[in-house]
Amino acid sequence: MAGKTWTAAATGMALAALLLMGGAIRNPAASQIPDEVLVVGQIAEPKSLDPHAVTATNDFRILMNLYDGLVRFRSGTLEVEPALARSWEVSEDGKTYTFHLRDSVSFHDGTPFDAEAVKFNFDRMLDDKHPQHDTGPFPLAFFFSAVERTEAVDPLTVRFHLTEPYAPLLSNLAYPTGLLVSPAAVRAAGKEFGRQPVGTGPYRFAQWESNAKVVLERNADYWDGPPTLQAVIFRPLTDANTRLTELLAGGLDLMVEVPPDAVDLLQKAGGFTLYEQAGPHLWFLILNTREGPFKDPRARQAVNYAIDKQALVDQVLQGTATVADSIVPAAFDWAHDDTLEPYPHDPDRARRLLREAGAEGAELTFLVAEGGSGMLAPIPMATAIQADLAKVGLKVNIQTYEWNTYLGLVNQGLAGKADMAQMAWMTNDPDTLPFLTLRTDALPESGGFNSGYYSNPEVDRLLTEARRSTDRNERADLYRRIQRIVREEAPWAFVANWKQNAVTTDRVKGFELQPSFLLNLAHVSKSGG
Amino acid sequence: MLSYALRRLAMIVPVLFGISVIVFLIMALIPGDPALAILGSFATPENVAGLRQELGLDRSLVEQYGIWLGNLLHGDFGRSYSLNRPVLDEIGDRLGPTLLLAGASLVLCTVLGLAAGVVSAVRQYGWQDKILTLLVLVGLSTPSFWLGLILVLVFSVQLGWFPVSGMYAIYGGGDLADLLHHLALPAITLAVVATGVIARLTRSTMLEVLRQDFVRTARAKGLDEGIITYKHALRNALVNIVPVIGIQTGFVLGGAVYIETVFQWPGIGRMLVTAISTRDILLVQGGVLVVAACYVLINLAADLVQHMLDPRIGT
Repeated sequence: MAGKTWTAAATGMALAALLLMGGAIRNPAASQIPDEVLVVGQIAEPKSLDPHAVTATNDFRILMNLYDGLVRFRSGTLEVEPALARSWEVSEDGKTYTFHLRDSVSFHDGTPFDAEAVKFNFDRMLDDKHPQHDTGPFPLAFFFSAVERTEAVDPLTVRFHLTEPYAPLLSNLAYPTGLLVSPAAVRAAGKEFGRQPVGTGPYRFAQWESNAKVVLERNADYWDGPPTLQAVIFRPLTDANTRLTELLAGGLDLMVEVPPDAVDLLQKAGGFTLYEQAGPHLWFLILNTREGPFKDPRARQAVNYAIDKQALVDQVLQGTATVADSIVPAAFDWAHDDTLEPYPHDPDRARRLLREAGAEGAELTFLVAEGGSGMLAPIPMATAIQADLAKVGLKVNIQTYEWNTYLGLVNQGLAGKADMAQMAWMTNDPDTLPFLTLRTDALPESGGFNSGYYSNPEVDRLLTEARRSTDRNERADLYRRIQRIVREEAPWAFVANWKQNAVTTDRVKGFELQPSFLLNLAHVSKSGG
Repeated sequence: MLSYALRRLAMIVPVLFGISVIVFLIMALIPGDPALAILGSFATPENVAGLRQELGLDRSLVEQYGIWLGNLLHGDFGRSYSLNRPVLDEIGDRLGPTLLLAGASLVLCTVLGLAAGVVSAVRQYGWQDKILTLLVLVGLSTPSFWLGLILVLVFSVQLGWFPVSGMYAIYGGGDLADLLHHLALPAITLAVVATGVIARLTRSTMLEVLRQDFVRTARAKGLDEGIITYKHALRNALVNIVPVIGIQTGFVLGGAVYIETVFQWPGIGRMLVTAISTRDILLVQGGVLVVAACYVLINLAADLVQHMLDPRIGT
């Protein structure tokens, strides 16, 4: 009967279609990735591969392998060591930095690396009349705002003239914003440079296929010894589940920012190595010291005592963070005061302090972000904090905002809006966070990020002194003093320092996480198997 | 036929204009400042104000729309600031993959949906009908993003038959077999719901047509049952089914947004998701406009096919 024939034909066609697709079945993805190629799974497509134009850690991870700076962070630390500069001297007054450059280094396009190239990089960022300035924007150029001018003394000597002594300069030069691009390539590519990057790094740019991959190839002439891998492929995998399934199916060798829920699963699956490292990150609550109950330091301390931070990092963040003690994260080991203890969880003391401050039963407005860079799990964290504060008699009203809207609101200051707000920062120098967020001169009305209006002349003085000091021990001592004052006066509730994590398959050798949150793949290799 | 086609074509212009207004307004009115999105956490109020001026965001909405539309008419979709490249280049890169994915699932859902519907109708209340009706119901009620994850878990992670994501193998591959291999799971996932819709509609339409007088006449003439079903009944039923396939195209294009995210398919859907989260206004506006244009054109094609099948329609 015709109907039957047709049924059979339809079934056959459907099967054929499936077989045609399935007929392409070959070996699982894993065996297609050769040993000389490392595939890295990231959370997003890079915005640009121009180091001066981007701010996201996601982009930085690629950039660090394409470019070098004058200096870099020594592996495993936030201490600065020579890179493209062999050595440097700082003048007595701290206003002149002279760098002696490495000889016979070339950019990947053959452009020689010399003092003129260094000068080109900083002029491009800092001088808005520079012919290549329009290839920006340069959102982190303020890292170098103390640089008055750069001077090419001779081909292998470059001098930075500062308007005032500025000790964080070296850390900022080690940060991706200080990475050096090929002047010839910028001139040739213009605005497209971010998609055709040229540096001096261990890998050279090979291909960027939108939303599929960025491919870097081994730079056999690398001045610091060529890498073992032939190529590194960065894959943007925005969906966390896809990232995880790709790893499980063998499509990735290395994945960064493993979701807390997945850590357990990967450990059970076997064949993977998990890396964790506390970084220079701080998650905190800005308290409005200009108006409302938090004008009184005792009320601010009470919030610090009332929040059960250990429970927050253990339960809400599932161990992906540690409890914060004050403003300088422990990752800055040279400047961190190790004797400082986090505020203990002590609700009785919190209640007593609130009583003394006359803030019992106060009603508070709490600004909360829906997500955002470094914000971890902002909403669950906010509700946990709300519950902790309710236990000491504070009624907290949460207002949530989309991240960009949120930044706009909070950066303009909390006055008239809220009593407290969440915030998180990742920095490269102990100076950055307090200088931008706690100084009297950094109030929102002066264009700074001091949204809680904290002001303490002693802190201002210590910060200025720490910037001007060229002696590291002296700087460290100043930051420790700042930490103690700030902890005591509690302009913020210090909550958590995020531990970054990554997972690799067991075949990946020589991988290390860096406290800078950057990813250095120059010494990574893969074993067969 | 020609005048009908021309009239329908002329109607596209106001439709696209309306879409452009809506897209523009939605992006202008949703919260989140693109200047802030570009500058990130390091945005001081002055920097934001400067960049807003540079991007023209300080102008009135009407002015902004006028500039945008003027540029559009010159073929200039602007420059995406989150990707730092021309919007048109980005859309050009993404349109192919999306149309391929949507096209593959449209073929799948049309073939399977028609087949299932016809078999169900011919074998009404038979075991084939019962099984197919059940399958269709399951297909219709399965959220596709969830189905996608399950298919990946079973066929990619457990069995290792299909790749998890992407359009080509990350290393090597790149030929047609590689493409089909990557296309299978997302296309099937995307086709499931539409297959259900088409199967249901085909079944009911076919049942109606099969009861009509001309079919009875054909049977009485002793025509072969196969010719009756496919040449007479199905052709008549298609008049009602074709526009629904056109409408399903819209759902398939919309569904591509989730599916492309789940399978990391490098198409417009995923581009839009990222563009919205980074407040890349020009990219969202351009992307939505192009998707809308595709939708309108496909519906036009569906209408023309319907007109061809039954020239009485639309005249």
